[in-house]
Amino acid sequence: SETKEAGTDNRNIVDDGKSQKLTHDDIKALKDKGIKGQEIVQQLIENSTTFRDKTEFAQDKYIKKKKKKYEAVITIVKPSTRILSTMYYAREPGKINHLRYDTLAQMLTLGNIHAGTKMIVMETCAGLVLGAVMERMGGYGSIIQMYPGGGPVRAATSCFGFPKPFFDNLHEFPLSKVQSLLCGTFSAETLPAEPEESAVLEEESNGLAEERQLSLQETEEEPAPEAPMETCASQGQGTMDTHAEDGELKENKEKENKENVREKQMKQWERRKKLKAAAALLGERNADGLIVASKFHPTPLLLSLLEFVAPSRPFVVYCQYKEPLLECYTKLRERGGVINLKLSETWLRNYQVLPDRSHPKLTMSGGGGYLLSGITVVLERGTADCRSSEALKVEEPSSKRCKLQDPLC
Amino acid sequence: MSFVEYGDMIKDGDTAIVFLGHESMFPVKVQHGTVTQTKYGVIRHSTDLIGKKYGSKVTCSKGGWVFILHPTPELWTMNLPHRTQILYSTDISIITMMLELKPGSIVCESGTGSGSLSHALIRTVAPSGHLYTVEFHQQRAEKAREEFREHGVEHLVTVTNQDVCKNGFGVSNVADAVFLDIPSPWEAIGHAKSALKAEGGRICSFSPCIEQVQRTCLAMEEYGFTEINTLEILLRVYNVRTISLQIPDLGKAAEDNSSTGFDSSNPSHQGSPCANLQQGTVQFKSGVPLREVVGHTGYLTFATKS
Repeated sequence: SETKEAGTDNRNIVDDGKSQKLTHDDIKALKDKGIKGQEIVQQLIENSTTFRDKTEFAQDKYIKKKKKKYEAVITIVKPSTRILSTMYYAREPGKINHLRYDTLAQMLTLGNIHAGTKMIVMETCAGLVLGAVMERMGGYGSIIQMYPGGGPVRAATSCFGFPKPFFDNLHEFPLSKVQSLLCGTFSAETLPAEPEESAVLEEESNGLAEERQLSLQETEEEPAPEAPMETCASQGQGTMDTHAEDGELKENKEKENKENVREKQMKQWERRKKLKAAAALLGERNADGLIVASKFHPTPLLLSLLEFVAPSRPFVVYCQYKEPLLECYTKLRERGGVINLKLSETWLRNYQVLPDRSHPKLTMSGGGGYLLSGITVVLERGTADCRSSEALKVEEPSSKRCKLQDPLC
Repeated sequence: MSFVEYGDMIKDGDTAIVFLGHESMFPVKVQHGTVTQTKYGVIRHSTDLIGKKYGSKVTCSKGGWVFILHPTPELWTMNLPHRTQILYSTDISIITMMLELKPGSIVCESGTGSGSLSHALIRTVAPSGHLYTVEFHQQRAEKAREEFREHGVEHLVTVTNQDVCKNGFGVSNVADAVFLDIPSPWEAIGHAKSALKAEGGRICSFSPCIEQVQRTCLAMEEYGFTEINTLEILLRVYNVRTISLQIPDLGKAAEDNSSTGFDSSNPSHQGSPCANLQQGTVQFKSGVPLREVVGHTGYLTFATKS
């Protein structure tokens, strides 16, 4: 390569916006001629009056910047928790309660998520957390996803590209039936209200129908504008198809009515069967762990869902804010049956590593959310495990006159 | 029991964790006829442990009690005997995710060290994956093999006693991921590349010093790795405390000697901050940071083989 002509510093470089001799039109003309990005960057360098005065580092930076703009390189990658969680955090943090990817990473490890377990997952993160758990379980074991409202949102889950067998042991159970299940009054007769049902949707295979239904529900629930992110689950078609179907029905009324009623009954029967199966799994009260990451206050979720978890198993709760976890911690201490409670957050920093130019890139402290984790133990009703450390710990002595005991237990 | 499969009952030969209280726990090898001493008294394995459910409360001879927990790689990391400095769960978590590890993954690791990361990797790749771990210290390699056996995971791991910088990992073109925690990782990048599968494999190097990181990044670039990215992760733990803050005495608006139902002659009511404990303080819950926290473990550099 030619000897690089470069300056030593920028004392004489004036930023007047006039150093690039090529105009917008000139560049457009080059693009129209079909000139490759590499060549355009070369042209920009040659037509810059200040380029050779820049330091070598500044030249590198300049070239990198132009390459990024003009040499569009697309890499096709296989989806994974790493890719999807960083994408969602960067593009749609609101959809995942601002769960930063390193926090998600902690949850998967703290929860000892691995193949062959029975996990309970409660999340309102578009199905990203569910997908991450499914990836770490590799299709082995089973998951019961708890959901609010009419059905679970799994828009992000479908982006992972899991093979169909992964979904065989994925169950769902409505939060609205948790109380009855805990009290022994559970009944599968009343099903939670479903989003708009259509016979046309049912005909479609590959679970696409389910995805449409679910993305419909998501649009209803979240007022956030639709992002390119959601295109992995198609949207909006359901409503239009229903109207077309209504038109058809009017033509072949009686016969189709009877068929539809039968289909609907079949569907209801299926749903009831699945609901009973999920209830049975939960009712064994021997789940191997609990993962919670939702927009709801964590305390009522923890207090109820922990009842389904076996002793000596980990649980992890994510909350965007710290304060609800303080309350959750206190209530868990009162309840007993948990040890090793830990409230934490992680601090993540990226670095630029280049010869003579290494330094931190951007700080992401704050904004990643908080975790409360612990381990279940055999719960003795009526007594809290007061001896667990936290209860006995006294605050740092401040003034001798006003010493107060920690009233946590 | 095994580190990759939960069991319900404590059995002879299990490794269990005895939990005494806040961050006070230790591992124990369950054995018929053995006793374990704790500050709360003696635990007799045959009567107190074997046949009991994991998560049970066990009363010791002096009357105090402990909880017996099922082992997990995370609990093991907090309690294992250190032969070297180890990686803790915070770093292990991000490594696992960024290397895209899951059941069935083939991973290569060097050095094995005390086996902290090794146990976590084995747990993640089970039941269909495998860990090839290389350790140049003969006794450490042997101790690791022994522990994997005791923990019921020996079928998922191969320990090789050699120098990874000279002789590599012992496998070629099969690994989904490679992890390096050695003094001179740049000397092993070439071997890492040949151990990795043809395309899409991930690599991670952990180094405490930035100079090591710089050399490693250069080597990665030279060997054609892409998406080179360096980061560090730190854990911040909060203690949940109820805090009471005094309300300062700012005096009265006017100097009024006539009584307003307030006995000014009583010395305990005059300007003493502690006098009205209920009215004079405000209570709230707080997540208080620890006094001393870990400020640095090491830099993590990730890259992709393309």
